[in-house]
Amino acid sequence: MTGLDQVFVTLKHWLLGQLANILPNGLLPVVSVLLSIAAIIMVFASLFAIMTIMERKGLGRIQNRYGPNRVGPFGFLQPAADGIKALIKEDLVPRAADQVVHLLAPVMLVVPALLVYAVLPVGRNMVAIDFDAGLLFFFAVGAASELAVFMAGWSSRNKYALLGAMRAVAQMVSYEIPLILSTVSVVMLTGTLSPVKIVEAQAGHAGWLPDWFVFTPWGFAGFVLFMIAANAEANRSPFDLPEGESELVAGYFTEYSGFKFALFFLAEYLSLFAVSGLGITLFLGGWQAPFAALDFVPSWAWFFVKLLGLIVLFIWTRGTLPRLRVDQLMNFAWKFMLPLALINLLTAAVWHYMPPGMPRWLVGGALVVGPYLMLGRGLMAGKHISKRTYRYAE
Amino acid sequence: MDWPFLIIAGFTIAAAAAAMTLRNLIHCALAVALAFVGLAAAYLQLNAQFVGFAQILVYVGAVAILIVFAALLTRGGEPSQVGIFSKTWLAGLGVALAVLGVLAWAIARSLVTQDQAPPTAEATVKQIGNALMTEYVLPLEVVGLLLTAALIGAVIIAMRDETPNPVVEDGRSKPKSSAKPTSVGGHE
Repeated sequence: MTGLDQVFVTLKHWLLGQLANILPNGLLPVVSVLLSIAAIIMVFASLFAIMTIMERKGLGRIQNRYGPNRVGPFGFLQPAADGIKALIKEDLVPRAADQVVHLLAPVMLVVPALLVYAVLPVGRNMVAIDFDAGLLFFFAVGAASELAVFMAGWSSRNKYALLGAMRAVAQMVSYEIPLILSTVSVVMLTGTLSPVKIVEAQAGHAGWLPDWFVFTPWGFAGFVLFMIAANAEANRSPFDLPEGESELVAGYFTEYSGFKFALFFLAEYLSLFAVSGLGITLFLGGWQAPFAALDFVPSWAWFFVKLLGLIVLFIWTRGTLPRLRVDQLMNFAWKFMLPLALINLLTAAVWHYMPPGMPRWLVGGALVVGPYLMLGRGLMAGKHISKRTYRYAE
Repeated sequence: MDWPFLIIAGFTIAAAAAAMTLRNLIHCALAVALAFVGLAAAYLQLNAQFVGFAQILVYVGAVAILIVFAALLTRGGEPSQVGIFSKTWLAGLGVALAVLGVLAWAIARSLVTQDQAPPTAEATVKQIGNALMTEYVLPLEVVGLLLTAALIGAVIIAMRDETPNPVVEDGRSKPKSSAKPTSVGGHE
């Protein structure tokens, strides 16, 4: 078990041991960091390629068409063709654009998306930096991407790009609050901001259920709130109105072409993986196996299985739900998600101070379901919702 | 003086100087954000993880966004054609020098210079949280109350008068006001 589980850790130690004979001592920490960085970039960039083909195939299946099926067997080499195409395309920059800011924006977007992986534990002993305040690092670095989105939209000198950037920034600022608040309950109960310790707090089993936070009332509510907010933070459908094609061409990256355009996509998917990884770390037990009998499967494999599961969930959501309107988006964030996230803090506190047993489940469940129902009914009151009728389309 | 500190300080000062001297207002705002990042790096170099990350989260993530939004919503993004220095730059220089003097005086009198370096215990997030919840709980609550009052005040100022104009009923708010949605439909 330990051999396969720690194979990447031992590989890195062996490599460092070999390099110690050649390199001077001062360089070894640098090489160690570089090895971690190289692993992160290679693994998650190839996951990006896998996800693009999965998404296009999956959406095609949902929309009753084939999806890409020309390059390679069943079209699975399509990402390689797309990458080559993006590399050799002409890089167009509008004459009126702010050249420096226009060039910096995609880079500024990719760098935070990669930096946040430093604190994600992808397996036992597999985290690049074990920060005491790792969770805070994650959100602080993630917040920097809002400025990059604004830079992209503003520097393009294009009204669609600027409108898209304004929408994106307003949306990201709004949904950041429920995103962070839903994680606060986990921090409250574990008493730490370190992702590694949060994963360790979810070890063990209660009955046949693993001790993951998602299997508690507050954890379940927190996980759902977290995933919705994460979807909105990543600007993905149904929250993709910053890049709504029917209104804004492509939103804030309308004026980007070639490899810069590919960088925007890379950053979007990288931050999606990162925030999914954080959701796994906080609520789904990180790299822990669901059952003790399955402990022989390496910890890193569990992390990536869960990650792929969440990615499929995101693709499914994208293929299923229609896009929201701007006022619906804002109302949803401020009037629905924010109160529920605040109430969830109370639920977590009540859960913590009640003795284990059936009453705890009943009170916790009531504290989750009750506000959800009341808030939902309250916000729908006075609104007439009926089947939509089309004048010309039918 | 060690090298990391010199590099960070030089970076921060250069970004701050750029924020003063650049012609385009948005460029200035972006340079201010860079200066915030430099400050955060300085905190991190002092092993103050919590303050450093909070600096990035609050200043780069929120305050810089606020500044660029304010600049975009109040005036055009065109760079000004007149000189970049205001006419009262002499008075501004005086105020800046006075503030610098007071700060320098306070630092020169403080324990840092008189004693040996105090035992530098690395303040963990847990210690900061405990201190905030026990010793400094009253200031924390006062600040919270003040911020809440400011928030409600801002909402009241931004709230539109109901009487003169009928509410726009086309079901979507204007894109620029999307940060503060005009509540369409559910009016009490």
